[in-house]
Amino acid sequence: MSNNTPSSNHFVAPLEETPLVAIDAVKVGDRPSNLWIDAWRDMRRRPMFWISAAIILLVLIVAFFPNLFTQVPPNDNCQLSNSNGAPTGEHILGFTKQGCDVFSRIIHGTSTSLSVGIIVVILTTVLGILFGMFAGYYGGWLDSVLSRAGDIFFSIPYILAAVVIMSVFSAYRNVFVISLAIGIFAWPATARVLRAEILRVKNSDFVMAAQALGVSRFRILIRHVLPNSIAPVIVVTTISLGAAIVAEATLSFLGVGLPNSTMSWGNDISQAQTDLRTAPQTLIYPSLALSITVLSFIMLGEVIRDALDPKARAQR
Amino acid sequence: MAGYIFRRILQAIPVLLGTTFLIYFMVFAMPGDPLLALFGDKTPNPALLERLRQEYHLDQPFIVQYFLYLGGILRGDFGTSFSGEPVSAILARTFPVTIRLAIMALFIEFVGGVLIGLVSGLRKGKLFDASALVVSLIFISLPIFVIAFVGQFIFGIQLGWARTTVSSGAPIQDLILPAFVLASITFAQIVRLTRASVIETQSLDFVRTAYGKGLTRRRIIPVHILRNSLIPVVTYAATDFGVLLVGATVTEGIFNVPGVGRTLYQAIIRGEGPTVVSFVTVMVLIYLVVNLVVDLLYGLLDPRIRYVK
Amino acid sequence: MKIRRLGIGAIALAAASALALSGCASGSSDTPTGSSSAVITANGSEPQNPLIPTNTNETGGGRIIDSLFAGLEYYDATGAPQLDVAESIDTDDSQTFTIKIKPDLTFTNGDPVDAQSFVDAWQYGALLSNEQLNSYFFEDIEGFSYDEDSPLTGLKVVDPTTFTVTLKEPRADFPLRLGYSAFYPLPKSAYDDMDAFGQAPIGNGPYKLASDDAWQHNEKIDLVVNDEYTGGRKPANGGVTFVFYASQDAAYADLLGGNLDVLDAVPDSAFGTYESDLGDRAVNQPSAVFQSFTIPERLAHFGNDEEGKLRRAALSMAINRDEITDVIFQGTRTPASDFTSPVIDGWSDSLEGADVLKYNPDEAKKLWAQADAISPWGDTKFQIAYNSDGGHQGWVDAVSNSIKNTLGIDASGAPYPTFAEQRTAITDRTIQTAFRTGWQADYPGLFNFLGPLYATNASSNDGDYSNPDFDALLQAGSSTTDTAEANDDFQKAQEILLKDLPAIPLWYSNVTGGSSESVSNVEFGWNSVPLYYAVTKS
Repeated sequence: MSNNTPSSNHFVAPLEETPLVAIDAVKVGDRPSNLWIDAWRDMRRRPMFWISAAIILLVLIVAFFPNLFTQVPPNDNCQLSNSNGAPTGEHILGFTKQGCDVFSRIIHGTSTSLSVGIIVVILTTVLGILFGMFAGYYGGWLDSVLSRAGDIFFSIPYILAAVVIMSVFSAYRNVFVISLAIGIFAWPATARVLRAEILRVKNSDFVMAAQALGVSRFRILIRHVLPNSIAPVIVVTTISLGAAIVAEATLSFLGVGLPNSTMSWGNDISQAQTDLRTAPQTLIYPSLALSITVLSFIMLGEVIRDALDPKARAQR
Repeated sequence: MAGYIFRRILQAIPVLLGTTFLIYFMVFAMPGDPLLALFGDKTPNPALLERLRQEYHLDQPFIVQYFLYLGGILRGDFGTSFSGEPVSAILARTFPVTIRLAIMALFIEFVGGVLIGLVSGLRKGKLFDASALVVSLIFISLPIFVIAFVGQFIFGIQLGWARTTVSSGAPIQDLILPAFVLASITFAQIVRLTRASVIETQSLDFVRTAYGKGLTRRRIIPVHILRNSLIPVVTYAATDFGVLLVGATVTEGIFNVPGVGRTLYQAIIRGEGPTVVSFVTVMVLIYLVVNLVVDLLYGLLDPRIRYVK
Repeated sequence: MKIRRLGIGAIALAAASALALSGCASGSSDTPTGSSSAVITANGSEPQNPLIPTNTNETGGGRIIDSLFAGLEYYDATGAPQLDVAESIDTDDSQTFTIKIKPDLTFTNGDPVDAQSFVDAWQYGALLSNEQLNSYFFEDIEGFSYDEDSPLTGLKVVDPTTFTVTLKEPRADFPLRLGYSAFYPLPKSAYDDMDAFGQAPIGNGPYKLASDDAWQHNEKIDLVVNDEYTGGRKPANGGVTFVFYASQDAAYADLLGGNLDVLDAVPDSAFGTYESDLGDRAVNQPSAVFQSFTIPERLAHFGNDEEGKLRRAALSMAINRDEITDVIFQGTRTPASDFTSPVIDGWSDSLEGADVLKYNPDEAKKLWAQADAISPWGDTKFQIAYNSDGGHQGWVDAVSNSIKNTLGIDASGAPYPTFAEQRTAITDRTIQTAFRTGWQADYPGLFNFLGPLYATNASSNDGDYSNPDFDALLQAGSSTTDTAEANDDFQKAQEILLKDLPAIPLWYSNVTGGSSESVSNVEFGWNSVPLYYAVTKS
């Protein structure tokens, strides 16, 4: 534009000569991956990141290749004479009430429990972000429609809903169905937290600045508002990953969990519950596996949250 | 403000229809004839079964049944349960108990969670922060029924501090132990949310300004940091109140609390359509009111959020 | 802050130490001062139906009905019938019975307990349009119909204290049935408003409701002594409060916590500890509950032929009942040796062919191989269906494992989430697996364990078993008036069942219970329910 116009007619310096434009250009035109690259630089310096990442990696390897860790079949040759038995050389954690190997069942149950947690979290996060983001940011009738849709799902408690869903699909009790049953009624929690945070962030100075610069509303949402609102979502999400694995156990307790032939931590915890007083070890080991896994994810969530938040980063 | 409240009340109608329809559809879709279960292991006579089906409208198609119950509710007739008790009486008996329990649990988790979360956030990375993480993790990673059984065993039987189950009428002192058990699940969520929010608020300009002005921590922490950190926490606590109102199925069962969670669970398992729809209706109404109150609370907590449009 | 931290730490510590605990509980409670007017508390469950005798078919309502009403007779601790309201029950041919009742008895509202009050109550209970769950109890009385409203023409009032009952065909054990709640009388006022009556019943039994709103739904029901009751069940206490529990675990916790006096169901989670928890206050004795699993004849490989019989016998011998009752149930079940129950008069543990109920892995493998020679099993799955809302998973898994380990086939449990769903699949015959079956007797007689379950086209014959020889023996046993002869016929009938195995007997359920330190004389009836009237509280 300035090429066609003689510069002498301008009282203001041409745009390309203005240092301000250069600064703006960097801000607006740069890829948002900058945020993530910064975050990565920050994370890799922190021991908590490496510890949690290592545990998660280990859990993933166990989930994919259980046979690397145990040669004992988890469900065959369960002898009642071994019921709640003490550890022996080959069976390092002892036996369950049915006389199955505790260690082997934990190892083979890893993939089930992990899958339930991850599928539920993907489901709740995707749905939660979509609903919460648009509801909080655009407000008005869209907010009403989305929030009320969330209310419909959320006012039915997800455990009761899961009981019904698992009953309806009792012939297809597998990891996907149980994850769906838990997740489909749990996402409004994420949506509500995100919506509240966005309501707060969208009135911030940097959002107004972006608006003043003429950035489109959707672009502001994706580039500025969402990344700055995501921190509580990450906290809720990492915790709900653990909660989902535990919910699977509760559903087993209520009698609508995965069939016993499917190894899962929840299944083992709920079955060991009756022997809480006589054989607590059968309860403790699967609970420990669950705790360590959940802890790793929460720690990772904390690290990511801190890394994504430039203000928190600047403080250190 | 009044207009906003009015709009929200109008919006409650589709939510109410949607929720009752959804839950009723799901219960209807549950395989199995609820009447057969009434006969235990014995097989009833077909003619008798047919008559019972007609009495409970179970011979009608789904949509007819749904509108029959819904129509009844609009006329104030909530139907009767299989045991012959009017559902309205069941509602009047169970909701006060559960509301009492939910408020107690919410109070415990909110006060405890916010305090610990606040200190964790202020002392990020310190010993307290780390131990709070570990403790809250223990509660997250144990299923509620384990916490409940252990709590009942220790405090009810071994120490005798609390009654093992809730006695008739559900007095407050009997509800303390179940309330703590209920609070333990979401306690961790509140701690983590408060902590995250406090850390973020601390780095905001107005907090630095406050420090710069020379205000004491004693004043800055409650007035500037805490107040501004509460929004996500309050939202979460409010949604959790809804969960507590009906999600206490397991806890209510273990402590024998004659509340909504236990009754609704039994009604669902037994396939008692009228009871389920009535409970969900009341439940949703309460839930919507709570949410409305929370949305109004935002405005108080954060003046930047306004509803007058 | 410090206090808060301490608090949380203490809870965490307590939680951690709880997991390592296994000790017994101190059953300390404040002991109330004793007198015969002390009210005992007992566990119960919310009645599923209105409290009308002909409409109550489960133990939650049953124990209340039995306390509120007195029938012609009652069953004592051994299961023997004792006359209650009746003065005599006479018959010459086991088909027509003359029943005389004691004079001048009244309900608690003053209505007379007379012949008419029995006849009217039975007519009410039998009529199709009254939709009473127990109507099948009247099926043997002349005039009964399942398909239309039809009065019981076999009932005749002779005078105010005498009536006669005529059956469609001879039933030797008919007098034995008369202690069941379906045969209780109703006061005249009941028919004015049966719905209201069902919420606040008026009876003639050892107890009465403490007030019109004594039934606090889902919480408890308060009963006090009915001073006008003159029968053999005179209460030794001042009343009974039934506390309704959602789970047996909660009731057991209350017993240990000193909030409950009498418990009649120890939960699975306490099987390993209740005897040390309760000491000599623990009860563990056989009861009239028989448990089995049924393999319908329509399943492939399990038809009514040589192969089917071989496979059934092999499966039965592949189950280590002793070990399972010992380990899973901690001795609270007794391995079965027939199809009835040891508390029933005429029971025998030495029937011909009862060996098939003994664990015998070698023989099991041999029979299975013989069956394979007829038609190979291949890699078919063998599954046992159960309802997962009833605490059955443990033993189903153990039985499946026992079969799997012995026969080397793929055996597992097939859970149905709700009882309703399982019953529906069984009733409409869509179930394609073996399934859990159980039977709790309505009255203490061998016939009740056999007729309704295995007679051709019988109401609860869920496996569609049919064997004319078996039917003939049942008929013969039913029509004789001599009890010993009848039992002999029933035992012969059972020996046929042991060959055909329409259901695979597993074990008899014991009644497990206990009582608090403040009560004594706690005895359990044949039907697993405590005899509340005999309990004293100090």
